Amino acid sequence: MTDLTALTIAEARDQLKSKAFSASELTDAYLTAIDAANPAFNAYIAVTHDKARAMAAASDEKLARGEGGALEGIPLGVKDLFATEGVHTQACSHILDGFKPRYESTVTANLWADGAVMLGKLNMDEFAMGSSNETSYYGPVINPWRAKGSNADLVPGGSSGGSAAAVSARLCAGATATDTGGSIRQPAAFTGTVGIKPTYGRVSRWGTVAFASSLDQAGPIARDVRDAAIMLKSMASVDAKDTTSVDMAVPDYEAAIGRSVKGMKIGIPKEYRVEGMPEEIEALWQKGIAWLRDAGAEIVDISLPHTKYALPAYYIVAPAEASSNLARYDGVRYGLRVPGKDIADMYENTRAAGFGREVKRRIMIGTYVLSAGYYDAYYLQAQKVRTLIKRDFEQAFANGIDVILTPATPSAAFGVADQDMAADPVKMYLNDIFTVTVNMAGLPGIAVPAGLDARGLPLGLQLIGRPFDEETLFQTAGVIEQAAGRFTPEKWW
Amino acid sequence: MSVDIQTVKRVAHLARIAVSEDDAQRMTGELNAILGFVEQLNEVDVSGVEPMTSVTPVAMKKRQDVVTDGSKTADIVANAPATDENFFLVPKVVE
Repeated sequence: MTDLTALTIAEARDQLKSKAFSASELTDAYLTAIDAANPAFNAYIAVTHDKARAMAAASDEKLARGEGGALEGIPLGVKDLFATEGVHTQACSHILDGFKPRYESTVTANLWADGAVMLGKLNMDEFAMGSSNETSYYGPVINPWRAKGSNADLVPGGSSGGSAAAVSARLCAGATATDTGGSIRQPAAFTGTVGIKPTYGRVSRWGTVAFASSLDQAGPIARDVRDAAIMLKSMASVDAKDTTSVDMAVPDYEAAIGRSVKGMKIGIPKEYRVEGMPEEIEALWQKGIAWLRDAGAEIVDISLPHTKYALPAYYIVAPAEASSNLARYDGVRYGLRVPGKDIADMYENTRAAGFGREVKRRIMIGTYVLSAGYYDAYYLQAQKVRTLIKRDFEQAFANGIDVILTPATPSAAFGVADQDMAADPVKMYLNDIFTVTVNMAGLPGIAVPAGLDARGLPLGLQLIGRPFDEETLFQTAGVIEQAAGRFTPEKWW
Repeated sequence: MSVDIQTVKRVAHLARIAVSEDDAQRMTGELNAILGFVEQLNEVDVSGVEPMTSVTPVAMKKRQDVVTDGSKTADIVANAPATDENFFLVPKVVE
């Protein structure tokens, strides 16, 4: 039998229906692959063998009766940020030590209702704060990609580093992820996978550990554009439990793939050509432009003048919201408790021991910018700039632009324990320079692999769409994928 | 704007995070690097611009004011570090 883990979700779905193999065989193939390879990657921080086998057996019963949902029997990995009933859910933080929720997040509940099988929980930056997966309490994740002729460990990006590495190394058919400033798209670009952050409000946030509530949005990381479309259709829903969930029917995203982009207007924003950007990124961008032009799209130069202010504004808004959201971790209702001489001392000791450095840094920034006397200068100013960032996009779309093409990241994957980034937190933040604008404006964005750099590492392009127009993103990403081909790491593990 | 070590200690206390002298020293440098980075926002002309309150122009959903959930005390206290029956236990607050 062929290696079942090599199949995409679409291929596995069709072959499960035709009974070429069983869901149990497919799940066992993944569990075997995880047990053999996870020590090399540290992508999973909890593997749910028994639950996976039970879910697969239930899928087989349904498939035998000719029933089954859109993802029946498809084995998935789940980022540790999603609450999964009775299963490890800690946002990869020490402060949620031992937390096993008594409820299921809406996103994962949707996936299980469609027949998907849970393989386990995936590593991530602590509370989704990071761009390299190195802030995880459970240690870094290793990228399945290595530079040609090198054994050096590279990061898979972050915060959804475990999701991206597991998908790239075929340790799951697809994975859930979340994106607050680039946490789906940057790791997808670093691992040669496809990741989409949907429009704010498309996917319910209920049961997903909150980082920055006005920016957080869940989406899939998958091996190709079609698989990402299949997963997003199941993840998205209208949810009464999330007041920001938008009352709009979920379209059939998969149906958009293969449609022509002829006559479509593709915006190329000049502000995304940043100083110090490697020539290879510029060359990749030009290749993307050429592919879309060859496919009949019209290329239009546009300006998004407030682009450079998105990242600094983000580093006020996101920490401010985080400082509020993370106030709940106080050693009383769940997770870690470190005793103290009184209750305030207990809070302070618990939070000092439970949060890692990056999380503390952001809580401190957030607390400072919201504190008396600084609120107007920082927070209010940032929210006004955010209005301008959104307005830039609105004007581009009002002028007839259908989709905007940019690079996904300013570089390929970098090394684990990079000295420059460790010394200066702002250097790490710059990873999100092309992705963060999309969160600030609440728009959908997809990262699609487009080529390899001179060292043989994957690079991605990003497409940004109108609100709730994920279909156009899948349609356009499909054209890029068709032209670029697909990228898989050479197996060294 | 930049912060000094006294401000860092005050903010840490507001955020209920215990910090050692060394932590506070290190955080002062890190926080100033970030505050230096966000400083550039001051060059943006925001006169007449409304601060963003919601990225999607939708009205907040409302529902009937009726009880739809509850009777889950066992679930609610299940993950607490210290409980007694249906109560969270904390160190003595009132003398």
